[in-house]
Amino acid sequence: MRLINRKPGPVLATFLALLPFALVLVAYVIASDIRLAANPADKLLPAPSTIFETAQRLFTEPDKRSGRILLWHDTAMSLQRLGLGVAIAATIGLGAGLLIGLFPHMRAGLAGFIAVVSMVPPLALLPILFIVFGLGELSKVVLIVIGITPFLIRDLSQRVIEIPREQIVKAETLGASSAVIALRVALPQVLPRLIQAVRLSLGPAWLFLIAAEAIASDLGLGYRIFLVRRYLAMDVILTYVIWITFLAFVIDWALRKLSVRLFPWMEEGL
Amino acid sequence: MSFVSVRDVFQSYGRRPILERVNVEVDEGEFISIVGASGCGKSTFLRLLLAQETPTRGTISIDGNPPAVEPNPERGVVFQRYSVFPHMTIRQNIIAGESLGQPLGRFFGKARKEARDRADTVLARIGLAHVADQYPATLSGGMQQRLAIGQALTAKPRILLLDEPFGALDPGTRLQMHDFLMELRAETNMTVFMVTHDLTEGFKLGDRVLVFDKPRWDPTDPEAFGATITYDFDARDGGIPFQRLTEETHVPIPA
Repeated sequence: MRLINRKPGPVLATFLALLPFALVLVAYVIASDIRLAANPADKLLPAPSTIFETAQRLFTEPDKRSGRILLWHDTAMSLQRLGLGVAIAATIGLGAGLLIGLFPHMRAGLAGFIAVVSMVPPLALLPILFIVFGLGELSKVVLIVIGITPFLIRDLSQRVIEIPREQIVKAETLGASSAVIALRVALPQVLPRLIQAVRLSLGPAWLFLIAAEAIASDLGLGYRIFLVRRYLAMDVILTYVIWITFLAFVIDWALRKLSVRLFPWMEEGL
Repeated sequence: MSFVSVRDVFQSYGRRPILERVNVEVDEGEFISIVGASGCGKSTFLRLLLAQETPTRGTISIDGNPPAVEPNPERGVVFQRYSVFPHMTIRQNIIAGESLGQPLGRFFGKARKEARDRADTVLARIGLAHVADQYPATLSGGMQQRLAIGQALTAKPRILLLDEPFGALDPGTRLQMHDFLMELRAETNMTVFMVTHDLTEGFKLGDRVLVFDKPRWDPTDPEAFGATITYDFDARDGGIPFQRLTEETHVPIPA
């Protein structure tokens, strides 16, 4: 039997899915053991038990000076920035995508401009944002918006253009105006695409968030990581990295579930 | 004056002529089949009737109205695919036939309830009442096309345009669809234009069969000339329209 036709059973599939995680963990444990055996005070690869204790402390014990549990405050702050930035970008992306996808005049005027603007590296604009909007919340949110909006606009306008012409013509013969076609035919069909596009752009959004927080902030996940870097506190950094990964994964999973839930016609069509 | 009149229509894309000097007059209630080889302008002609394109020269008018510049509710259309809205349930698709013409594309309050009842009547008529709350993707090809036809007729168009509506269906389903279409037509007396690849289908359903072909052909430059209507068959009574005449001649009946 050819290898491309051999499929793993459910047990083997689960095992294979867990295998890479286990391998990475084992490799880390071995490397950490070797280093700690040579130097018990090594800070670079702390033992998993150390990381676990640190994580417990970070999640439960309040900061001595401020009396707050910093990790939760960092998380809340970062998620607020991320959520705000992504929500604004998604709204702009959806609106502009519909306009560009449906109206030839808009396409003629904006498509080229967006194509050029999307090539500007957003991080290169960060200093400008700090100068213009100050070091507060605004510049961080704006960085996320600037970073992912061009992608969202391009992706969504493409999805609108991909709606079969037959459907648009059909709507016209049923007497629909341009606005009705936009709201009742195009919008509902690109909403699932919007969720897909947002899921794809969450990676860059996190990148911009952490970059902005690392440079100028006094609270936030990215800020904390870069702060404790000074003390070589690998246990704290690794805890935060795992926590961020977990958050990103949960958000992605939730969006996928939301899409299936909100757009049953999509799932049945695939 | 006839109901649909196509006068001296030319259509070319760039320098390439597709249709030349197309003239045809159609009465209200006629079923017109349009046949012809691939690339002979059948679909272009249908797009012109639909007003999705405007002819380079000539005019097409329905019931004496000025030529349309974009698709409008005078015309209903069913394509081979993509004719229904995938994000609406079957019932919503039928309601959309009426509601998309509203300012917000929806009915509210009492009108909404009434539209729903009317849609249920239509669904019962076209045999889709049992799947009213499902989405089109769950339907078979034949059911989707029935839905598309029902949706188009809900908007009460003056003419119905069918672009190879049964092209993607299996032969059995196709025969069922023929019966379905003929029944609907008997009820509504709709003027229909149907493009088809299937000659048998064209003659079976149509009152007239228009054949598109190129009357002039340059072997060194096949695209030099466009197509036009080369034959206009009377297809009533299975393509033998005069059979009835002979049977109704005034032969004195013996007492």
